[in-house]
Amino acid sequence: MTRLIAILLALLPLTQQASAAEVTTFTLNNGMDVVVLEDHRAQVVVHMVWYRVGAADEPPGKSGIAHFLEHLLFKGTDDLGPGELSATVTRNGGSDNAFTSWDYTAYFQRVASDRLDLMMLMEADRMRDLEMSINDVTTERKVVLEERATRVDSDPGSLFREQRGAAQYLNHPYGIPIIGWRHEMEQLNRDDAFAFYQKYYAPNNAILIVAGDVSPQQVRELAQKHYGPLAPTPDLPVRSRPQEPPHLSQRRMSLSDQRIAQPYVSRSYLAPERDSGDQFKAARLKMLATVLGGSNATSVLGRKLQFESNKAIYVAASYDGVSLDDTTFGLVIVPPPDVSLQEAETALDTAIAEFIQEGVDPDQFARIKMQLRASQIYAEDNIESLAQQYGAALTSGLTVQDIDAWPDLLQSITAEDVIDAAREIFDLNNAVTGWAMPPATAEGDK
Amino acid sequence: MKRLFIVLGLMFMTATGAQAAVEVQQVTSPGGIRAWLVEERSIPFTALEIRFRGGTALDAPDKRGAINLMMATLEEGAGDLDAQGFAQAREALAASFRFNVYDDTTTISARFLTENRDQAMALLKTAIMQPHFDQVAIDRVRGQVQSIIRSDTQNPSRIGGSAFDEMVWGDHPYASSGNGTLESVTSLTRDDILDAYKRVFALDRVYVSAVGDIGADELGLLLDDLLGDVAMATTPLAPRATYQLEKGVTVIPFETPQSVALFGHAGITRDDPDFMATYLLNEVFGGGGFESRLMQEVREKRGLTYGVSTFLMPMESGELIMGQVRSDNARMGESIDVIRAEWAKIAQIGLSEKELEDAKTYLTGAYALRFDGNAPIARIMVGMQMADLPVDYIRTRNDQIRALTLADVNRVAVRIYQPDQLHFVIVGHPDGIETSN
Repeated sequence: MTRLIAILLALLPLTQQASAAEVTTFTLNNGMDVVVLEDHRAQVVVHMVWYRVGAADEPPGKSGIAHFLEHLLFKGTDDLGPGELSATVTRNGGSDNAFTSWDYTAYFQRVASDRLDLMMLMEADRMRDLEMSINDVTTERKVVLEERATRVDSDPGSLFREQRGAAQYLNHPYGIPIIGWRHEMEQLNRDDAFAFYQKYYAPNNAILIVAGDVSPQQVRELAQKHYGPLAPTPDLPVRSRPQEPPHLSQRRMSLSDQRIAQPYVSRSYLAPERDSGDQFKAARLKMLATVLGGSNATSVLGRKLQFESNKAIYVAASYDGVSLDDTTFGLVIVPPPDVSLQEAETALDTAIAEFIQEGVDPDQFARIKMQLRASQIYAEDNIESLAQQYGAALTSGLTVQDIDAWPDLLQSITAEDVIDAAREIFDLNNAVTGWAMPPATAEGDK
Repeated sequence: MKRLFIVLGLMFMTATGAQAAVEVQQVTSPGGIRAWLVEERSIPFTALEIRFRGGTALDAPDKRGAINLMMATLEEGAGDLDAQGFAQAREALAASFRFNVYDDTTTISARFLTENRDQAMALLKTAIMQPHFDQVAIDRVRGQVQSIIRSDTQNPSRIGGSAFDEMVWGDHPYASSGNGTLESVTSLTRDDILDAYKRVFALDRVYVSAVGDIGADELGLLLDDLLGDVAMATTPLAPRATYQLEKGVTVIPFETPQSVALFGHAGITRDDPDFMATYLLNEVFGGGGFESRLMQEVREKRGLTYGVSTFLMPMESGELIMGQVRSDNARMGESIDVIRAEWAKIAQIGLSEKELEDAKTYLTGAYALRFDGNAPIARIMVGMQMADLPVDYIRTRNDQIRALTLADVNRVAVRIYQPDQLHFVIVGHPDGIETSN
């Protein structure tokens, strides 16, 4: 059974390994970093600009402004009318979009490789010359409120994750949703957006990634031509967010919502992220997550809870270390109808305690390492996904050297390292345990 | 950058764009299995797509969900291996096998390294030819399917889609979800699963494509070994489905701040001479991207939604043209008014010359961008075979689009868009809207 249960999808970032494909990097005189990933199999290029700013960099009370601004970047410049950038990309057979996370905001176009010049022309234009009418801002605010309704308010799984994130972080803005709290989104205005734009959108806060049918020399010339003349921002703020204090108390939450047809238990632990030059702890956690929950049939939790005890119809462990500040290690168990949430939670904790006693199965560990090696081969088939991984890593405090070192670091992790990581991470004082269920069972323990 | 406009104008007049440059080999194995192949030696793996014509629409009467459950249980024990043993063997080879089933198609997607290709294919063959369908595996997977069915009962988009299908297709299998219902799935026995297997695995209904580090001779031998023992079809394909829904509005009350509306009416078959014109019309009207008329009118100008789109559904036995929109309950009425007005407008006035030209530039330019990896190319090629398209379609497809005239397209707009047939299914509590004819 390979299909995931829909409500859980977003709990499970499926990270692939960056490959050893040919990568070229350089920096323009104005501080803009450039990464080129070559793949000449098709006449296609992906052009991306990643800004080292995201929702966790927002001023207090302005939640959602980073994402709202991302929408407004399509509303025109001194040279481009509202919507003209996307319309031009479309007329050239391409597609474009943008996305915002806590640590980055990125814009991309996917086009025939002979249109790269045009893409850079337009993307460079909106880095410094954004213009937007009050009318467009007002209309677009309605759009992002509808987006919140679609992505979050209509989906109890998203509401659950939002509440869990808020409980997880005592001080860090990772506890605030990227899209924003509704009451704050409703107040966001054009001045807020411009202030954020002028502070953070600059070549020395941006990374250009071009992947596909292009040579580093072509990219260098075009980037110099279009991005080179842009003035850097001299007083760019240092990225320093409020950090977490020690967590001294476990947090428990339950969300009851009629729309939760399939109850489940989730647990998230505050966890270290990948730090530049210091990725060992993160590598241990990545291997731990894979050993515990990487595959339904063969992982520790799948084997114990789905095959040996029938306490779960689905179970998973997740960890994605690409993050500027402290991240989380996640567990989830979906019990069958005859198993209560309390039984499921207990079974999950028991399974992990047993695992720490029993140690890592060497055959399973060898299979995981084989799959990691193969994933580097398969990753070369999807240059766009590779470009995404570079963008996310480079805007989360990592370097190309860190990305290159990661696959070998994972291979070097031992079974003992994994158990050490498990002993350290599974501290309930750092954890949020959440039950999601429909109201009818909210009083009992099912 | 004041000179931007001039530069833009020149750019899209002169640039030529990408050409889909794959070289397709038509392979016939020694045993007679036909396949399309693109040899791509630069990465040491192969993507293999296998499809059988016929999917969940071939479920036996009263056994709804059997084929879906069968496909989900296929790799839960096969040959000498139990479910965990099979997964361990696959992981040790770092191969990936995906088994899926849709209304009209049963699919197997495999990805495997060159270094252990023979072992990977031997393992896949056990799943295809010797699946155990052990009772314990069936029961475990049944629990997962039931969980999905339960979740769908609280998903407004699924609720709307199911209601639409039910009203449109009457007693045809298309009228209900291929997952089955909680009741039908609960009652499925191992014999039902064995029967479901025979319904869809048919050598005379197989279509194959491969892209990657493999040659024609190697592929032929591989296919004979992998599929040569599959039996011939015994179950007739699904009968023609009759569109049975009349115009109107159906409101399904559901507690949610934002309603979901599905809308549409009868569509057009894939082999209709007007299909390409319809495809272009849909792109302009509500296809992907920000540029469609509906995105411009409903989202960009009025902020009524985050997303609105329309799509063609040319299935084997019936066709729809459909769309979906989500708006706050308070504003769904306005969204629907705009969509109705646009539906009427495209039927009455059709496209402008500029819209036609822009759509041609987009569609012809975007086509090559689909061919961007071994697995995507394999999926495109197997889809072409099932749609009975010739190999040279990859080369001629853009010419077919360029050949469309404004008169063609606007004649087809009148034929396809039927504002007086439009039916909306709305899940939520949309202000001021009630079920009506």
